[in-house]
Amino acid sequence: MSSAAEIVFDRVTKRYPGRDEAAVDDLSLEIPAGAFCVLVGPSGGGKTTALKMVNRLIPFDSGEIRIDGRDIRTLPLTELRRGIGYVIQQVGLFPHMTVGDNVATVPRLLRWSKRRTSERVIELLELVGLEAADAKRYPSQLSGGQRQRVGLARALAADPPLLLMDEPFGALDPITRHRLQTELRRLHRDVGKTVIFVTHDIDEAIQMGDRIAILREGGVLAQYATPDALLADPVDDFVAQFIGGDRALRRLALRTLDELPLRPGESGPRVAPETTVRNAVSLLLELKADALTVADGDRVLGSFRLADASELL
Amino acid sequence: MDGNGPVIPNFGQGDACVTGDHTFCWGWVRDHWSDTLGPALWQHVELTAVAVGIGFAIAFPLALLAHRFRKLEQPLGAFSALLYTIPSIALFQLLVPFTGITWTTVEIALVAYTLVILFPNVVAGLRSAPPDVVEAAEGMGLTRLQVLLRIELPLALPAIVAGLRIAVVSTISIGTIAAFLLPKGLGYPIFVALGNPIPFKTEIYAAGGLAVGLALLCDAGLVVLRWALAPWTRLARA
Amino acid sequence: MIVAGAFGDAFRFIADNPGFLATKALDQVELSAAALAIALALALPLGIVLGHLHRGSSIAIGSSIVGRALPSLVLIGVFLTFLGIGFVNNMVALAVLGTGPVLTNSYEAVDGVERDVVEAARGMGMTHLQILRRVELPLALPLLFTGIRVAAVTIVATAPVASVAGGGGLGDIIVNQASYRLSGVLAASLCVMALSTAVFVGLAGLQAAVTPRGLRRTTVARTPLRKEQL
Repeated sequence: MSSAAEIVFDRVTKRYPGRDEAAVDDLSLEIPAGAFCVLVGPSGGGKTTALKMVNRLIPFDSGEIRIDGRDIRTLPLTELRRGIGYVIQQVGLFPHMTVGDNVATVPRLLRWSKRRTSERVIELLELVGLEAADAKRYPSQLSGGQRQRVGLARALAADPPLLLMDEPFGALDPITRHRLQTELRRLHRDVGKTVIFVTHDIDEAIQMGDRIAILREGGVLAQYATPDALLADPVDDFVAQFIGGDRALRRLALRTLDELPLRPGESGPRVAPETTVRNAVSLLLELKADALTVADGDRVLGSFRLADASELL
Repeated sequence: MDGNGPVIPNFGQGDACVTGDHTFCWGWVRDHWSDTLGPALWQHVELTAVAVGIGFAIAFPLALLAHRFRKLEQPLGAFSALLYTIPSIALFQLLVPFTGITWTTVEIALVAYTLVILFPNVVAGLRSAPPDVVEAAEGMGLTRLQVLLRIELPLALPAIVAGLRIAVVSTISIGTIAAFLLPKGLGYPIFVALGNPIPFKTEIYAAGGLAVGLALLCDAGLVVLRWALAPWTRLARA
Repeated sequence: MIVAGAFGDAFRFIADNPGFLATKALDQVELSAAALAIALALALPLGIVLGHLHRGSSIAIGSSIVGRALPSLVLIGVFLTFLGIGFVNNMVALAVLGTGPVLTNSYEAVDGVERDVVEAARGMGMTHLQILRRVELPLALPLLFTGIRVAAVTIVATAPVASVAGGGGLGDIIVNQASYRLSGVLAASLCVMALSTAVFVGLAGLQAAVTPRGLRRTTVARTPLRKEQL
């Protein structure tokens, strides 16, 4: 797997002709290599515009975007795009090509050998949870969730160091969306690429991102922080309102018990170490217990009390 | 117009079926296949193939231009809609001062009609690629030409074939009117038969049946072609 | 110039024989109107009812393919063998020619009315007849009218062909170059062209006038919206 890329937005501004307000206003953002960065905000926040500037589907007026230190405007357009995976909400699968041909598009553009291409197609289909036999099917024969899996496989085909995702799960039903969110997180851990992910759903942003950039109307960056920092310390009323209530509980949902310094010894009902702190708190209240025992199988790691949760906040 | 020729059955000399002008005389069809019906059919095929071929050769690049430069479509579309309202029987005659009573005159008129059918169909086909599909292609680094050749043209195939179907069938139909100008095509035996004091039934039915059969056959052929060239359109939505 | 001369003669023919051409044109209009009336009387109710019931799509689509494949000359010739030379034969042949577009378009117009809208009407307690009259027909009107317009232009444009079967009208002049010479033939052709263009343009104007206000300029909205955009 190729390494991930570092992306830098350096005072980037975009104005659409005939509109007073900027779409993206003086945006500066550093996304370290391998990060999962979510751009989130209300409509009119310029998040999709910011995303599409990276693969130059939308040109910007001033500033600079750098991938691994290179100004994207110095790279040939097609070369730039072939090196970036791109996933959109409507997926945009080519209806006249089979699933396999869709996934093989960029490898073929890059003139990979037939064998390498077909091996890669099968490898990718399995990676995104499809079967090798699906390669022969046409997009119209797939469900919405399957289509988006193919879209993801197609974007990953040439092993790009950067993945751009524009509300990829916006059109899916809640169950399929949740499943794909979980799998994408796993995939990100496994393949370690830089991901820029656009959504208008703050919960999705908090669940998916390890960095979140909140953009407000007029394309102004309101806050750029980790989910935990965002929930702990929203910079202003706009961000606080956009994030919504239950901030303390949602912060607890970001941590699992095995990340905490546990109290020694066994006390109360047993739970698994990968239980989120939020769920642990919920269990304590539900069971009217004083403490929970954190155990990995038979091995007791320690115990957890309600007071430990407030320590985290 | 020339009313005498081998196609006029001699009521005094034919067999009983012909002299009695019965509903349909197979014998007459057999006897006059080589001198009347066969050549007329062949002329009709040639007439149609040339008209649709030239029409497509003109319509296709024009449609590519209109696809690239969208401002061109409106004037071209309006012009062709008006052209299509000119009745074929009039258009053939109106071209006579320019190109005479010739095969060329007939072909010019037929090419004009096919153009009117094919141009908007090809343009609509090229536009039928969904915007998200084109965006995905561009985002993946396909060049403009690659988007046209690999995405837009294949997706336009069904619409292009649909246009060809209408063009071919219409041309075969309008081609019979060419008999008002020239003694050619499947219209001519009908034209002649109608010119008899008592219209000769067999000749009308035989030539008419050949014209309709040719049209339906070509139509079916193009359906098969589309089926073969655009396999993704055969599938029902999952 | 030979070309200019030929058309000059044609215009002189028109100027010299306005009454004669007008009589012939009127014959043709009469024949066309009768044929169109029959086509509408047959195909319009059938197409609308089938469309309302969402049944018989194969009949509607098939009739458009077969209709296009039937050359006017063949139709006129075949009907002539049954009905003999004259007005009736030509009227029937032209009516058959006009039936295809009317049937297909009226079927598709009513069949294509958005199901949600019909569903809403049914939910409000409308009867079949009320749904048809108040919802489906108004919404189907533009496409319905397109079918009528296509049929009318087709019939008027084809009527001259009927001259081979004693149709009268301007076609009589076109097929009789021996008597009227090229100038007469060209003059009649120009009149035929003018007549069908007038029908085309006139009906287009009428169509714009009868289209319900809410349906004008909605060609974009006819393409179904993506679910996620709703």
